[in-house]
Amino acid sequence: MALSCVLEPALSGFNFENSTRNNVLENGSEEGKIKAPKPMKTGTTIAGVVYKDGVVLGADTRATSDEVVADKMCAKIHYIAPNIYCCGAGTAADTEKTTDMLSSNLTIFSLNSGRNPRVVMAVNILQDMLFRYRGMIGANLILGGVDCTGSHLYTVGPYGSMDKVPYLAMGSGNLAAMGILEDRFKVNMDLEEAKALVSDAIHAGIMSDLGSGNNIDLCVITKEGVDYIRPHRESPYNYKRQAKYKYKPGTTPVLSKTVTQLELELVHETVQKMETGSS
Amino acid sequence: MAAALQYPANVSSFNSYNDLFPDWTQKEVSTGTTIMAVEFDGGVVMGADSRTTTGAYIANRVTDKLTPIHDRIFCCRSGSAADTQAIADAVTYQLGFHSIELDEAPLVQTAASLFRDMCYRYREELMAGIIVAGWDKRRGGQVYTVPVGGMMSRQPVSVGGSGSSYIYGYVDSNYKAEMSKEECLKFTAGALALAMERDGSSGGVVRLAVITEQGVERQVILGNQLPQFSTV
Repeated sequence: MALSCVLEPALSGFNFENSTRNNVLENGSEEGKIKAPKPMKTGTTIAGVVYKDGVVLGADTRATSDEVVADKMCAKIHYIAPNIYCCGAGTAADTEKTTDMLSSNLTIFSLNSGRNPRVVMAVNILQDMLFRYRGMIGANLILGGVDCTGSHLYTVGPYGSMDKVPYLAMGSGNLAAMGILEDRFKVNMDLEEAKALVSDAIHAGIMSDLGSGNNIDLCVITKEGVDYIRPHRESPYNYKRQAKYKYKPGTTPVLSKTVTQLELELVHETVQKMETGSS
Repeated sequence: MAAALQYPANVSSFNSYNDLFPDWTQKEVSTGTTIMAVEFDGGVVMGADSRTTTGAYIANRVTDKLTPIHDRIFCCRSGSAADTQAIADAVTYQLGFHSIELDEAPLVQTAASLFRDMCYRYREELMAGIIVAGWDKRRGGQVYTVPVGGMMSRQPVSVGGSGSSYIYGYVDSNYKAEMSKEECLKFTAGALALAMERDGSSGGVVRLAVITEQGVERQVILGNQLPQFSTV
């Protein structure tokens, strides 16, 4: 109980101070209506599998904002500790920040205690935090890692529920990926088999789900170390620009020109010398 | 999203399913379950199914709903997965601390009281139906039920979860006082199999645990080994 933590919020729950301001902005005067930006969701396929020597995690790389692909090469497998990685589905910002906070806390723990963090500890910290926020943090996480007690794969839901299973898929493409995993998973697979299985599961998610796509990232965690393969399989669609979109100045005729003077405030400028100590 | 807490576990949610907004973003993970515990002379038999659902999707088909609270005290969890896991963690800590202070194994009634305190105090925020069972030196095998709302009551046999409604008749007619351990195991497995057959939110495998003075024995009955009842 006496472990120090970083960025631990002192208040419980959320701070809703800005909700009146947001309300005013959205429903304001006719010209002043500003639409709030939609949170970027990862609409994702992530999967994990425990094999003979460790854990294989996989993820697609598409981040969507409604129907537009916001990021084609998004990294969904986040670093938590040298031996623990975490795939995140749900709201992109929530998964990023949650995993960052977890990673910082575990680093401080390692430095304080001189021990390598265990996967179950990461899971407990995540569970505590997500339960406290009662589902408001939209993070569906798959945590995988290898520690002194063996190889583990956990999932943590946004409300703070946890499951420990040998194979797992999450995200909007999880139904397709789960089909592949249920069909071909075997206990104690070897590395190539496990990588092929996860890669095919993510591929099924990409093919069958609109929110998943682009490339496939894999992360293989063993006792010896981590192999972060980004990308493991590239999408066959290159998205290279077909032509140059730079035009010579003068291509578009100028019809008229208006010059508006900007009212700039004259700010009084002062210079204050700092007392720098002697070296 | 938080409104999902008000849904009873057996309400069909097919009309809200939409490809772009899958179930797991709208529904909380629920254990929508069947749990049961029976006292016998010398201990208790506890049983549960293994299905965890998020709406119409089975999030985990091999869940372990029999959670150890102490060496000879277990609890069966039903209701919201997150809530029951958090409560069980908190009570495990409190009971462990209490036991160390006392320098003695804790009583099952103490564990049940701790569950009751938490479930009653936070009854508005929580959705948890828990059966606490175990063995202690003072009173032997005991089963306490702490349903949603935070009541606590000791019963010789207790069922809970969404699937329990289908087996009250079976339990009431087949329970006999002073059954042996084997009879209790058969009784529990049969009741759970019947509930899993009829309740959509219960299924998977049957997990059983027997707690006696000697310790805890755990068993799993796979889907194809469940007792069969003819309904022709």
